[in-house]
Amino acid sequence: MRKIRVLAAKPGLDGHDRGIKVICAALRDSGMEVIYTGLRQTPEQIVAAAIQEDADVIAMSVLSGAHNYLFPKVMELLKDKGIKDVLVMGGGIIPDEDVDPLKEAGIAAIFGPGTDTKDIIGFIQENVRKQ
Amino acid sequence: MCDPQKMASLKEAVAKYDEKVAKVLQKIPERKKDFVNTSGIPVNRVYTPLDMEGFDYLKQLGLPGQYPYTRAVQPTAYRGRYWTMRQYAGFGSAEETNERYHFLLKSGQTGLSVAFDLPTQIGFDSDHPLAQGEVGKVGVSIDSLWDMERLFQGIPLDQVSTSMTINSPCAVLLAMYLAIAEKQGISFDKLRGTVQNDILKEYSSRGTYIFPPRPSMRLITDIFAFCTSDVPQWNTISISGYHIREAGSTAVQEVAFTLANGIAYVDAAIKAGLKVDEFGPRLSFFFNSHLDFLEEVAKFRAARRLWAEIMKERFGAQDPRSLMLRFHTQTAGCSLTAQQPLNNIMRTAFQALSAVLGGTQSLHTNSFDEALALPSETAVQVALRTQQVIAYETAVADTVDPLAGSYYLENLTDQVEAKAQQYIDQIDRLGGAVAAIEQGFVQKEIGAAAYRYQQEIEAGSRVVVGLNKFQVKEERPTDLLKVDPAVGDRQVARLKELKSTRDNAAVKQALAELKKAAEGDANLMPPILKAVKALATLGEICDTLRAVFGEYEAPALV
Repeated sequence: MRKIRVLAAKPGLDGHDRGIKVICAALRDSGMEVIYTGLRQTPEQIVAAAIQEDADVIAMSVLSGAHNYLFPKVMELLKDKGIKDVLVMGGGIIPDEDVDPLKEAGIAAIFGPGTDTKDIIGFIQENVRKQ
Repeated sequence: MCDPQKMASLKEAVAKYDEKVAKVLQKIPERKKDFVNTSGIPVNRVYTPLDMEGFDYLKQLGLPGQYPYTRAVQPTAYRGRYWTMRQYAGFGSAEETNERYHFLLKSGQTGLSVAFDLPTQIGFDSDHPLAQGEVGKVGVSIDSLWDMERLFQGIPLDQVSTSMTINSPCAVLLAMYLAIAEKQGISFDKLRGTVQNDILKEYSSRGTYIFPPRPSMRLITDIFAFCTSDVPQWNTISISGYHIREAGSTAVQEVAFTLANGIAYVDAAIKAGLKVDEFGPRLSFFFNSHLDFLEEVAKFRAARRLWAEIMKERFGAQDPRSLMLRFHTQTAGCSLTAQQPLNNIMRTAFQALSAVLGGTQSLHTNSFDEALALPSETAVQVALRTQQVIAYETAVADTVDPLAGSYYLENLTDQVEAKAQQYIDQIDRLGGAVAAIEQGFVQKEIGAAAYRYQQEIEAGSRVVVGLNKFQVKEERPTDLLKVDPAVGDRQVARLKELKSTRDNAAVKQALAELKKAAEGDANLMPPILKAVKALATLGEICDTLRAVFGEYEAPALV
């Protein structure tokens, strides 16, 4: 089976990329292929990159508080393109009360500060290519 | 201490001690095989005068206010007056933030520190497509002079010192501040404050860049030149290690990469025709205060000594004020946990104490709820009270640099300095800080350190209380601050109103003049000031500069 392909993305204007870079390194060490978009990606760019890279997973990080706009926007664009088999996850400073609405919008999981990278790896391995 | 006979007896005593330790270790091993700090510096079991052989007090420390300023930049330090207590704050609209400022000033805060939202920091107006979802979120939204006026409503600018965390569009926000001072009838020479104006760490660590390095460096040196003549009490830059550390660097890397950036700015200003002693005294710094208490104190002292040496030896600065590294400190945001958030009060207090023992000029203490949201008013008040307790109750500020002379601390100060110097030499060989960042060297070093740190936490070799040890089941706090999502719509409406009521011909004219200046090599502050006063928006001014300068493309590194 081919390796799990993850698109790691920073949507919006947030420049905090310590977390996503650490996650990129950890996912790679666990045997996944990781493509990192860099900063300041629009939801459109992220979806286009996911298609182009044939990603199994989109992992997004936002610490600026703009997640309620950006995460659902990515889901909406994926839906418009008829893409249902990509596992989409989010992380950052996400208040508890925002988690359920984001899951309803289709984000499979939200990982907050202090998450062990092994939990993220485990979640991907269990849930990828299930849809 | 240098008496040879006494040193000989000490050596004997240490040898005996080592023998005894060897026996003890057979019965009770130590907690770890090797004690090494995050910068990779080995930590010995004990330090004695033997570790200070060759120590030259006057050369290495001097007295407070004396070269190389290891102990303090001022002769009396906190005995004269305490550090400036300055909490970084801003969210939502200018009105809401103005209210928070009045609250902080009433609570005994002594300086303001403006947090701008990301669209403002990246030079986009609130109606820009990329600003969607971001307006007012991590700071206050400023589109034009109108917003800036509301931000400082009821605050006489000659009575406060104001720090503004703004980098790429720094000239624009500074111009707005000056325009408000003018409206309040305050002359520029009465204004005190700081602009961050430090683009290099944006490329390496923080991400709010707009233009490529060369025009960015020009904007920076234009601000140096303009303030030297027109706003003489203003700190024209705050060369920042804070964000380098938050991005994951070690303490040594923080000092090294910050001072290397400092060297690049001084080089650029000299190349632009300024004299080192004209702008040198107005350079300021900004450091992180992290968890390793004594390493942090050593770091601040090492940075002071190293910068004094750099300015004197490398740049030939003569004015003592050019040699003095004055700095702001913020406690380490990245050390805060979302788990058991009240524990963050203690972390912050220790970090604040190390900043004070390291001689900071001003201090921001983080609020305990910041791993969860922007700080609530209660949390901010506890954070400010933490500083006030250190100042007014602990008495640590009553004597200058009280930890000096500690065998460990002096040894550590020397080692931090030496290791930072090695990095600076390496950056010099790469062609300086700009080249090192363009080649991704700095980013890779920081990224590797960040990953190492995370791996240590996950392996349990680094304990984070409440996170990977001493966990409890808990409910998340609910009284968190929430930014009103309607602030974006209100900002967009206000922009519309602005554009329909201002003199658009005057705006056009001012922007055309700015464009012409940008294409040449005149100082850009006067045309930006003119554009701001004509009510050109931040986005319009930055777009004008984008058209001439182009935009920065980050190298793909991961």
